Amino acid sequence: MKYWMLISAALKRKQTRTVLTICSITVAFVLFGTLRSIAVAFTEDVDFSGDDRLVVMSKLSFIEPLPMAYHQRIQSVEGVDLVAHREWFGGTYIDVNNFFPKWPVNAEVWFDVYPEFIISEQEKRDFVNTRTGMVAGKAIAEKYNWKVGDKIPIMGDIWVKEDGSILWEFDLVGIFSQEEGSGVYGGDQQAFINHSYFEESRMWGKGTVGNYVVKVKNKEDNERIAKEIDKMFANSSDETKTSTEAAFSKMFAEQVGDIGLIMNSILAAVFFTMLLVTGNTMSQAVRERTPELAVFKTIGYSDSKILCLVLVEAMFMCFLGMAIGIAISFIVFLFLEEDLAAFIEGISFQPSVILWAFATALVMALIAGLPPALGAMRLKVVDALRKD
Amino acid sequence: MKQILAITGMNIRTILQRSGASIVIIVGIAGSVAVMVSLLAMAEGLNKTISSTGQDDRALIFREGSNSELSSGIAMTDLAIIENTQGIKKSEDGPMIAAEIFTIIDVKKKGAADTSNLPLRGVQEMSFKIRPELKIIEGVNFFPGRGEVIVGKGAASEFEGLEIGKPIKIRDSEWTVVGIFSTGGDVHESEVWADLAVIQGAFRRGASASIAIVQMEKNASITDFAATLELDPRLNLKVQGEADFYLEQSSGASAVIQVFGYTVAIIMAIGAVFAALNTMYSAVSTRLVEIGTLRAVGFHGSSVLFALMIESMFLALLGGLLGAGLSYLIFNGYTVSTLASVSFTQTAFDFAVTGKIIGQGLILALIVGFLGGLLPARRAATQEITEALRSI
Repeated sequence: MKYWMLISAALKRKQTRTVLTICSITVAFVLFGTLRSIAVAFTEDVDFSGDDRLVVMSKLSFIEPLPMAYHQRIQSVEGVDLVAHREWFGGTYIDVNNFFPKWPVNAEVWFDVYPEFIISEQEKRDFVNTRTGMVAGKAIAEKYNWKVGDKIPIMGDIWVKEDGSILWEFDLVGIFSQEEGSGVYGGDQQAFINHSYFEESRMWGKGTVGNYVVKVKNKEDNERIAKEIDKMFANSSDETKTSTEAAFSKMFAEQVGDIGLIMNSILAAVFFTMLLVTGNTMSQAVRERTPELAVFKTIGYSDSKILCLVLVEAMFMCFLGMAIGIAISFIVFLFLEEDLAAFIEGISFQPSVILWAFATALVMALIAGLPPALGAMRLKVVDALRKD
Repeated sequence: MKQILAITGMNIRTILQRSGASIVIIVGIAGSVAVMVSLLAMAEGLNKTISSTGQDDRALIFREGSNSELSSGIAMTDLAIIENTQGIKKSEDGPMIAAEIFTIIDVKKKGAADTSNLPLRGVQEMSFKIRPELKIIEGVNFFPGRGEVIVGKGAASEFEGLEIGKPIKIRDSEWTVVGIFSTGGDVHESEVWADLAVIQGAFRRGASASIAIVQMEKNASITDFAATLELDPRLNLKVQGEADFYLEQSSGASAVIQVFGYTVAIIMAIGAVFAALNTMYSAVSTRLVEIGTLRAVGFHGSSVLFALMIESMFLALLGGLLGAGLSYLIFNGYTVSTLASVSFTQTAFDFAVTGKIIGQGLILALIVGFLGGLLPARRAATQEITEALRSI
């Protein structure tokens, strides 16, 4: 600690420069915290037992339906608690730009499978008992100014009614919100429709569903249950692919491209740039102090001590910048998490990023600080003082 | 003015002597510009591929209410009614109308662990007459009625195993890739094509298709054609010009990439401003005596300010050019594929580094140079002359 004065004096020597350098390191780490978190969310293997819901979809592709008869058979698998199903409705509310997902679901169990959605008992009962019932997420209801009791007209794009009409009318019987910070799939930016009316009125596709959501009793059994379900339907004309809900919601995001690679390339560009900036600042700071360092040596500071002094100075800037930057990216996620959850589940600030940030800051300080530090260490007192 | 030129000339001639500090500004800005240009080039490439698809004299027929080929569905029996409508061009093989199925098969992208949505189009012989831009560039066309497919060259380069002679799994059976086609760089190059009738069987589609495509007569109006069909009480259809349809899709497809590109570039630019400030402050402080001398012999403070600003922006411009140049060399024409938001399928496209994007990159560079230069230059210009000279 007794050297702290020396280091702080060195940093304060040109305060503007120190502050600016720390600021640019901070910016680099804001990007690091944010982009790495996104990359990790995309590339990390999904923990098979991290979720108590499994999604059963057709093995062929996500648009292929599954028979409704599978419901009972999935329910009979040991360890399965509840089975819900949903179907993609698509459709347009007044204008094509008013897009939000609408899912016909089996109303009886839907909200038991998804306890993260908050809805009153009365509304839940109304949803089950109203064949044309629809419940909308709070965000959607607010956006279009819907109130319980409204009739919601939707023009079908995939689904046509038996009479050839594409106009579907649903009765809004409830508005649900989502548990704070639950990051549940789709959030409150979607609407659910009672499956009964949809099923009896549609022209085709009767007796099928889009996919099944299976709530398990014990997360540890996920892998076994998934295998058992897929095995049960293997070699039938509708083979299944069962994964955790997190993996399912990542399916589309992954198809956007190698997001991990894109994020990491950007970060490589960011850090290459920052390395040059910090390295240059450090060597400049040392160059300016050459005579002072020579004086230290004259009065008996060892070479290694000089090396350490300069390195610690670099580390101080890198670590302070890192700490502020990571803190900012953490705050950014606090605000964005819910918006992001509408696109993909599980994007959040990743604590593992902090470890990586420490390692990166250390490497950065070494690469930026070592050349000037070594230069300072090797300084010949006579030469250095002569420069004055 | 003369004064500004004189100082600027001197500054720029001495940049080489201060190369270390100047590199900081150049590299800092080059980094942000390169990232922005690359991401925007990606968005632009995707846009271009989608919007260049389609011809003004061709129309697509969907089911009423449908906004995409994937959600649309029409009965083959409707075709018999449609083909007698005024405006459809006649060829020696009859009216130029083809029914097509658009669906998805799951195939692995090269190097991917999981499958992606590859678009599969079931086409009739007339489809090829309606789209003369399609050329088989390798192998042969599929034989009608057989389990054979031809593959767009974009799909062939992005997906695993789409090579001539190789099997491709479609539903329960294995089909064979017999040819590779090009359509001049539009979205169809990301698709796999096969015989409509065979696909109807394999996908249990019965006598239905997704859409129909029509070649219009010269000078025939698509609006009139659409009105006739949409008002026909026997049909529930929607007609849209082919070029129109793809233009509409292109706008939304790349919005996310664009927003992401701007956001990251702006954050990086803030970092670059700090770096530029650092460089310029040290440029000013090492030249304090020179600047003091200039002021003492009668140069105005404002000339000093302008000259330093020009220096900072000149360095920034160099950085911008370096960043844009790097991104052009590495990425222009680079092929990738992504999930297009409207069709839910993979679309292969080339990065397009356009002049407009480079222009935006350079503007970003100049803004950073301006902000980074302003405060240090002001300090130099307002410094007390005596104090500046005292530091000798």
